[in-house]
Amino acid sequence: MIPAQFDYVRPGDVAEAVRVLADSDEPKVMAGGQSLTPLLRFRLAYPDVVVDLSGLTELRGVTDDGEWLRIGAMTTHDEVMNNPMVAAHCALLSLATRTVADPAVRHRGTIGGSLAHADPAGDLPAVALALDAEFLVSGEDGERTVPASEFFLDYLTTALDVGDVLTAVRFPKMGGWGFHYEKFSQAAQAWAVVGVAAAVRRDDGTVTEARVGLTNMGSTPVRASEVEAACRGVPARLETLREAAQSADAGTDPPNDLSAQADYRRHLARVLTGRALAKAAGI
Amino acid sequence: MTTAPEAPGTDQVGSPRLRKEDARLITGQTNWTDNIQQTGMLHVAFLRSPHAHARITSVDTSAARQQPGVVAAFSGADFAGEQGSLPCAWPVTEDMALPEHPPMAVDEVRYVGEAVACVVARDSYAAADALEAIDIEYEPLPAVVDMEAALAEGSPLVHEGSGQGQGSNKAFVWPFTAGDVDSAFEGADVVLTRRYHQQRLIPAAMEPRSVVCRPDGDAFTLWSATQIPHILRLMLAMTTGIPEHKIRVIAPDVGGGFGSKLQVTAEEVLALLLARRLRKPVKWTETRTEGFQTTHHGRDQIQDVSIAADADGRIRGLKVDLLADMGAYMMLVTPGVPVLGAFMFPGIYKMDAYSFSCTGVFTTKMPTDAYRGAGRPEATYAIERIVTELADEIGMDPVELRRRNWITHEEFPHTGVAGLTYDSGNYEAATDRAMELFGYDDLRAEQRRRRESGDPVQLGIGVSTYTEMCGLAPSRVLGQLSYGAGGWENASVRMLPTGKVEVVTGSSAHGQGHVTAWSQIVADKLGVPFEDVEVLHGDTRVSPKGMDTYGSRSLVVGGTAVVEACDRVLEKARKLAAHMMEADEDDLEFTDGRFTVRGTQSPATSVQEVALAAFAAHDLPEGAEASLDADATFDPENFSFPHGTHLCAVEVDTETGEVRLRAYTAVDDVGTVVNPLIVDGQVHGGLAQGIAQALYEEAVHDADGNLVTSTLADYLVPTAADLPDFTTDRTVTPSTTNPLGAKGVGEAGTIASTPAVVGAIVDALRPFGVQDLRMPCTPQRVWRAIADAREAARSEGGQR
Amino acid sequence: MPHIRVTVDGVSYDDQVEARRLLVHYLREQLGKVGTPVGCDTTNCGACTVLMDGRSVKSCSVLACQADGHDITTVEGLSSDGDLHPMQRAFHENHALQCGYCTPGMMIAALDLLRDNPDPSDDEIREGLEGNMCRCTGYVNIVRAVRDAAAVLRAQAAAPGSEPRAGVPPQVTPDQEPARQTASGGAAS
Repeated sequence: MIPAQFDYVRPGDVAEAVRVLADSDEPKVMAGGQSLTPLLRFRLAYPDVVVDLSGLTELRGVTDDGEWLRIGAMTTHDEVMNNPMVAAHCALLSLATRTVADPAVRHRGTIGGSLAHADPAGDLPAVALALDAEFLVSGEDGERTVPASEFFLDYLTTALDVGDVLTAVRFPKMGGWGFHYEKFSQAAQAWAVVGVAAAVRRDDGTVTEARVGLTNMGSTPVRASEVEAACRGVPARLETLREAAQSADAGTDPPNDLSAQADYRRHLARVLTGRALAKAAGI
Repeated sequence: MTTAPEAPGTDQVGSPRLRKEDARLITGQTNWTDNIQQTGMLHVAFLRSPHAHARITSVDTSAARQQPGVVAAFSGADFAGEQGSLPCAWPVTEDMALPEHPPMAVDEVRYVGEAVACVVARDSYAAADALEAIDIEYEPLPAVVDMEAALAEGSPLVHEGSGQGQGSNKAFVWPFTAGDVDSAFEGADVVLTRRYHQQRLIPAAMEPRSVVCRPDGDAFTLWSATQIPHILRLMLAMTTGIPEHKIRVIAPDVGGGFGSKLQVTAEEVLALLLARRLRKPVKWTETRTEGFQTTHHGRDQIQDVSIAADADGRIRGLKVDLLADMGAYMMLVTPGVPVLGAFMFPGIYKMDAYSFSCTGVFTTKMPTDAYRGAGRPEATYAIERIVTELADEIGMDPVELRRRNWITHEEFPHTGVAGLTYDSGNYEAATDRAMELFGYDDLRAEQRRRRESGDPVQLGIGVSTYTEMCGLAPSRVLGQLSYGAGGWENASVRMLPTGKVEVVTGSSAHGQGHVTAWSQIVADKLGVPFEDVEVLHGDTRVSPKGMDTYGSRSLVVGGTAVVEACDRVLEKARKLAAHMMEADEDDLEFTDGRFTVRGTQSPATSVQEVALAAFAAHDLPEGAEASLDADATFDPENFSFPHGTHLCAVEVDTETGEVRLRAYTAVDDVGTVVNPLIVDGQVHGGLAQGIAQALYEEAVHDADGNLVTSTLADYLVPTAADLPDFTTDRTVTPSTTNPLGAKGVGEAGTIASTPAVVGAIVDALRPFGVQDLRMPCTPQRVWRAIADAREAARSEGGQR
Repeated sequence: MPHIRVTVDGVSYDDQVEARRLLVHYLREQLGKVGTPVGCDTTNCGACTVLMDGRSVKSCSVLACQADGHDITTVEGLSSDGDLHPMQRAFHENHALQCGYCTPGMMIAALDLLRDNPDPSDDEIREGLEGNMCRCTGYVNIVRAVRDAAAVLRAQAAAPGSEPRAGVPPQVTPDQEPARQTASGGAAS
């Protein structure tokens, strides 16, 4: 399969990237290209220009930003999952990133590309949502910060405009939390049928706070708010957490597709949320 | 009871020689068809139907022809006078419907992906671009997707006026009866009836199909990623009218086939016609999605199976009623696949009566055809699943039930109810070995513990004691079954003046390791070093006679032809050696490549010395020719019957439906083993494909006939991370139908493993009342089966 | 048309390429490096896997112009001076290939795996090769081959005075690896 013709620009800095985007009719931003290249090959996208961000070394790497870890949008999955700062302060991201695709794809694919693609079956959007990450965006009107809760708008649709460049994502440092990403797929290469990103903080035997993000339970990643509320202050025991997880599918609108029907996804969300909470709580 | 391999010679055959084939393959010095470049070569791209069924109302390729780099563009109508109809070599009944199948559709399309037009351009990028400039209009017609709906009164027709008896989608009915089935069932204590679905599969060889054709004057050289260069040449000639001797077909390195390259395809015919029309070499290579849509599919049957037995488990009779989805057209052996399976439903079991009927059904989907096992996996699945269910019904261990019914080793040769004569086997030995390796009793004990404790993760054990018919095939049997060709194989062996050996084989390898295995056979027979043997194949000019590679036939039939050619070379050599040594032929002994005169100390003469003397021809005995070569064609008298016992243990997470393969043990009896490395590799790969049918793979169509699983992201071919290690072993009961004693191994793993895995899952779920699962047994299906069974139990309880 | 400079199996090339040209097509059609085959359209099969600056990538999902300035190793660059790479030898000796179509990508993926984990368990090998499909072998012998190659490479790395082979990734432990340090070093603006 062969892409249709397009022009190719590899800007040297973010300002140039924003300028090129503004000057193009149908531009496509390419980060790692692991989702975009297949779309181009199937001719599901006909950009007039592909703006390749791989020249923007400033967008690559992880920085300690006080209360936050700032991860450049062009940092590859492989770099994220092996980064000691991410492992120390935001291990949920490391764990979920390890489950993304396969090693070769993780060498090219980037955190920014995955989040901006916003596939609800992708593993990282639920993590960003669960952890209240923030998205740093450069556009024609300058820079802005979008909270995760306002970033994912619909299927493959985000708060990014055509002329925007996602430059970084920052995650709050979460010392003292336990994490788990529970991914359920039909085969190693298959997308998640359902995924659960869980973070739990406990005070001895009591859960003080929990965060839960769900993968592939709607057209966007979903926050399981009822579960989070139900977890607050309960004993950190398997049964109580499984009980709390019974509302995991509340307010979700899971898809019916080739890999699963909605009722099965709802069931899985409840079971897997219980498991993810337990593992995150160290049980 | 493992016996040592028996074979001619003592040294090479039976030893795990590393493959000669590997050196190029591991260094990238490969010759895949898509690697081939020719001066001035043009690239072909096909426009394909987006409709499962539609009338083509207009095609305009003129704009495409104006695109940069485009040399030509054609519609089906442009080739209507010369493209002929793609061949079906197996009209299984006299009244079988055999609709026209033009390589490029002219008036009507009948599956998504059917070629409707093509572009020929200077490179593949330009060709892909120009496809978008073809203007084509369709008038959609109703899709026919479901087999049962297709047979219902008033169903839209796939082919107007060409169904059996006209006006139907029924392509043929093929019945077979042996014994008095009615009385077998009437007198039985237990009758079980089950419906099994053989989902449609995509063979998915790693190398996509590819073809290159170069005109050479009035002749043509055609390279294709094919399993069947010889059959392809014949069929290309018959389809296009180009004389057979003007076509040379080469199968270069071929990256797997599994039956999918046992075909005469539209693209091969059109490459030939385009090369003829444009007087230029042309190349076409499919994309993966194109391949999934338009390389033939496999399986796709609905099997209604009934078994009758006594209360003590003795099987009395079996009834099988099949619906087999042909897809839209009859391709090379489309209708023959279910018929091939007809003889295998009784499996290894003795019974009094058997009836079979297969109805071939047209639908608006890609045609089905041979896929690893071709009819035999479907049959084995049905018998092994229902025998397991029978054991459950009468409360007997599934292995014990099999023991009570199988042919015992003293009973061979044994002619079964379906009329096949099984030449040899030892089911007891293979089963005993498998149970020991597997730890059957321990796993049953663990299963009991988990059931008693209500463990959310349940354990299940599946059993498959299979046999298959291999070594396709005795030509007279193929003739009786209306197949259009024979089942012989040819080989020539020639000793060169320096004593090196060239072996020409008609079986065409695509990963099986013929070069290595044939070298081992020849090295032993002629007493020459393994390294001194070169094996030539896959080119109709180099190996002019052959029937190619499929149906686990290469070693059994082709290998035997090599043995017989070697015997003839040795006969010639013996005459020459006797003359050279001034001895009587009858006094010569031949050992390790050297002739000696029995009972004397006179110096030996090597076969290499004989070869040189033959070439020099200075002093040949009366009537001898100046060469040391021979040709042999072997046509087997009977099939061969590999068998084995496969045991599978699965863990089923009853909360999520997830299935984990815990252990898999396969003990196969493939007769004499020429190369144990290669045999193990064939078993491993076969297991992966059979397990994939049980757990992962299904070609899914939507109601409009679109293939939903059209990429490797949706059609789940398992990776290393999805499969366990396998425990494999062998028993060796040599076949008596060929001098090698070989039985064939290419399909065994695929045939055996599917029912073992599904049987294991069902076994795990028996406490819930689950009796069956549709394949692939996805977590969702497993979860739903548990939920449905619980619901049924609840409502039953409520009624009481 | 973009202009690229790329090193492939130790040879530098200076070329004009169409912007949309896929790296694998550049390798195969423009450079004649047909040892790297194409098996799918979706990054699933892994047949086209090559090393880009020492790390595995699927060359069907990288544009040729994205390889500008980078170093590519294909299966054709694994052996040197006629000596097979230990990975190639292990695939041969374990009968880890049948048709051979997946083999170039499989070996490259395995080398990448061993770079991160020089002594993987069987399960880690299976996980590490999850991006590469084989339809012939059932993976059993591939796992064995990778295990054997790992042992040989570890022994080579431990041998005094050992030098990494040209064109292939040296066996380094993750904490020695330059790319990792950059990634964790805070390069962002």
